[in-house]
Amino acid sequence: MLNVGKIEEGFVLDHIPAGKGMSVFYHLGLDHMDCMVAIIKNARSGRLGRKDIIKVECDIDLLNLDVLAVIDHTITVNVVKDGEILEKRTLVLPKELKGVMHCKNPRCITSIEQELPHIFYLADPEKEIYRCKYCDEKNSEKM
Amino acid sequence: MEKIGKNGKPLRHLMTPLDMSVEELEELFDLAEKIKNDPDGYAHICDRKKLATCFYEPSTRTRLSFETAMLDLGGKVIGFSDASSSSASKGESVSDTIRVISCFADICAMRHPKEGAPMVAAGRSTIPVINAGDGGHQHPTQTLTDMLTIRSLKGSLDGFTIGLCGDLKFGRTVHSLVNAMLRYPANKYVFISPEELKIPSYLRAKLIEMKVDFKEVERLEDVLPSLDLLYMTRVQRERFFNEEDYVRLKDFYVLNKKKLELAPKDMLVLHPLPRVNEISVEVDDDPRAVYFKQVQYGVYVRQALIVTLLGLV
Ligand SMILES: [Zn+2]
Repeated sequence: MLNVGKIEEGFVLDHIPAGKGMSVFYHLGLDHMDCMVAIIKNARSGRLGRKDIIKVECDIDLLNLDVLAVIDHTITVNVVKDGEILEKRTLVLPKELKGVMHCKNPRCITSIEQELPHIFYLADPEKEIYRCKYCDEKNSEKM
Repeated sequence: MEKIGKNGKPLRHLMTPLDMSVEELEELFDLAEKIKNDPDGYAHICDRKKLATCFYEPSTRTRLSFETAMLDLGGKVIGFSDASSSSASKGESVSDTIRVISCFADICAMRHPKEGAPMVAAGRSTIPVINAGDGGHQHPTQTLTDMLTIRSLKGSLDGFTIGLCGDLKFGRTVHSLVNAMLRYPANKYVFISPEELKIPSYLRAKLIEMKVDFKEVERLEDVLPSLDLLYMTRVQRERFFNEEDYVRLKDFYVLNKKKLELAPKDMLVLHPLPRVNEISVEVDDDPRAVYFKQVQYGVYVRQALIVTLLGLV
């Protein structure tokens, strides 16, 4: 089995559904960071069969983790300090998401005014439904 | 955090009827009644104030209603009545336009074909913005008009059996009115429409979840005797899948004198107008037909709204 070493300082995103690792990578903006990032795809996992894992060597508070819960709330976040897990963070669906999803409604004002930020609000926490703040259309974008 | 408008008072907008609490609506409707009963007492309350009607698509009735409201309050009116006569035709954004308008006027009524445009304006404005219709999304002053008409002529907004007839699938006035009336728990609803034009599933799910008493039927005659209010809307030919169904069903959704005989003596017939043929002209003289009174109530409710949002009461 392929081995990626432990990290000393940073965080580990575990139990990412297999295939969603790259989506997490881009949505967190890790492509813009100059710290060390390891993406492990299709790791064997008892719970999910296969999973993706991302290890990042940077301060977790530099990133906005809001989007993680939207991608999949089975993802676990382990904050690592001095090689030990310092804290496990639980994911909560953010009440509002800015610049993450894009409204696809052709009748929405965002379709003609390009500079407007795309903002979605959590309309139904149980069904995990987000709606566009401007037109109330349901988000149809796969994360 | 509360924003302060250019008049130094808390800045409030109206985007949907649900922006106002039931208590605030009561105050608004009480004020509309006062204005109705004492127009002279309010004839100068907006002296030196200006309303901007920013209409990116024509809607003459709505615009004239807003303008009449402001003029009757002693204020003045500026604005444009379609996109081609505004700077939008030069590509100016709604955000920029409202910042300019904020310097000229004290309050703005905005109509726009794109959903959410008035909300974008409200975010950048230093004066109150009223959504005067944004595409198929919201048209709150129509709903407030409907509610004031019911409250004035029936004495309250609760405890009625409300029939809604016609295009219940695409008719935003119907969805908006039902959503607003759901806050008055003793109302019952009867939805009268062809199969193709039944209420959207999200609304049905909401009614079920809230345990609201409602039923969906195809024939107006079957339910007319049980109604306190009948809200008529137009059924458009192009909404039907085939011509056969249209021919079979079109007369179901036309209110005429004969059908109205089945209705209670104190039932009210409302319609957001313009009417085409869904209410026969012969019904107009019946005291239960209140759709032209509704237009007058529309002016009162817009007057009350302008006075309220300007913080003049
Ligand atoms: Zn939208």
